[in-house]
Amino acid sequence: MTPADVDAKIRTLIEPFNKKGVAIEDATTFAGDLEFDSLTVMDFVAEIEDEFDVIISMNQQAEIENWGQLVAAVHKLQDS
Amino acid sequence: MATAMTDTITAAEPVDLLSKFDPIIQTREQLLAAGVEDPFNLVMEQVLSPTRAICNGRDTILLGTYNYMGMTFDPDVIAAGKAAMEDFGAGTTGSRVLNGTFRDHRDVEAALREFYDMDHAMVFSTGYQANLGIISTLAGKGDYIILDIDSHASIYDGCAMGNAEIVPFRHNDVEALEKRLKRIPEGAGKLVVLEGVYSMMGDVAPLKEMVRIAKENGAMVLVDEAHSMGFIGEHGRGVAEEQGVLDDVDFIIGTFSKSVGTVGGFCVSNHPKFEVLRLVCRPYVFTAALPPAVMASSATSIRKLMHGGNKRAHLWENSRTLHAGLRALGFQLGTETPQSAIIAVIMPDLEKGAMMWEALLKEGLYVNLARPPATPAGMTLLRCSLCAEHSAEQVQTILGMFERAGKAIGII
Repeated sequence: MTPADVDAKIRTLIEPFNKKGVAIEDATTFAGDLEFDSLTVMDFVAEIEDEFDVIISMNQQAEIENWGQLVAAVHKLQDS
Repeated sequence: MATAMTDTITAAEPVDLLSKFDPIIQTREQLLAAGVEDPFNLVMEQVLSPTRAICNGRDTILLGTYNYMGMTFDPDVIAAGKAAMEDFGAGTTGSRVLNGTFRDHRDVEAALREFYDMDHAMVFSTGYQANLGIISTLAGKGDYIILDIDSHASIYDGCAMGNAEIVPFRHNDVEALEKRLKRIPEGAGKLVVLEGVYSMMGDVAPLKEMVRIAKENGAMVLVDEAHSMGFIGEHGRGVAEEQGVLDDVDFIIGTFSKSVGTVGGFCVSNHPKFEVLRLVCRPYVFTAALPPAVMASSATSIRKLMHGGNKRAHLWENSRTLHAGLRALGFQLGTETPQSAIIAVIMPDLEKGAMMWEALLKEGLYVNLARPPATPAGMTLLRCSLCAEHSAEQVQTILGMFERAGKAIGII
């Protein structure tokens, strides 16, 4: 999958979690802009993990603050 | 010159490292301004028995102390501690691996091996340190720890200290555990960390399936049985024993500060290389060993728990009665059925929870007020833990207190 494909796929996965319909750009942050709490993060990460058949450990999650970083990380993970 | 120096001083604006806690200070002040007694600053002026104390000046029934088997005032437990203090002094002033291993440290480890029928036992200064030490030492950089998202803080802290890759899965979700195990790179070290009883809601883990799946996928398994020792399973060895998988668990973690009635933590195991952990586990090496009185009391208590059948039966009776009674009154509880000696009463929010906690305290009942981030899903809970020494009458009295307080606060 290209980064654009990964982006499109995760965009559909995030819809049910993006309750306020925040417009998502690369710089959109999960904790700040999207107001994700730890439970929402877990559920959202689990959706991505299942879809791409990857593991995003908590250590990796700690490095991911915004949308652009997430797409890049998932693209790299599903490639390896 | 003088001016330059002044400039330098004013330029270095100090950053108050405590500022990051301002929101917590604010929440607390709001709570106290509403006239609520501080739930996190209770003082027990006198402790009358495992189930009664004078708290903030009131005669109070204790329903939130994890003193499941009521061993704190057992005459044999107290006598053993007194004798050890007379004979060995007040403290050890040293690490277990230097001058801190006395006769009774060895004896309490022998008592644990007898209790669990296992080859090895290692005693830590607290249960927190047992998790911190064992988990961080077992799983290091490049290894994977797969753990339930609702795991205790000591488990998470052990994970963080060891630098392993941390992979959480949804609470008690067998399928989520299996999926994650299968995705871990081949050849990596894997430790699955589970709890027998989860202390916030008092629910039990499906260890039978989870341990099997962990083993099928080549992982080692650690189970924290802090809240089950002494009264779950045929010999009181915990949920793993009750579900028939104790032999497949590599490491059991436990504590003396609940059913045993003292303080301290431990790990028991049949692993042939277990003893090396005494040399490499930093929270074991770099801290002082527990006082001899604590060790002697603990050893006596553990051996008495091996024969505590009647007390266990009464504890379960208490748990069932309180659970059914609270449900009948209309309270929302953490579990559909009583699964342990913990019964969590779910509060609508923190404010109502704090008011209810205070109303109960004024009735003469102490329970734990538990709130985020310690609780799952941002819930506020009134957590009740029963004791084998609560009489049937006390449980009825407790239900009356809940009814009056619940109606006064408008929760039921």
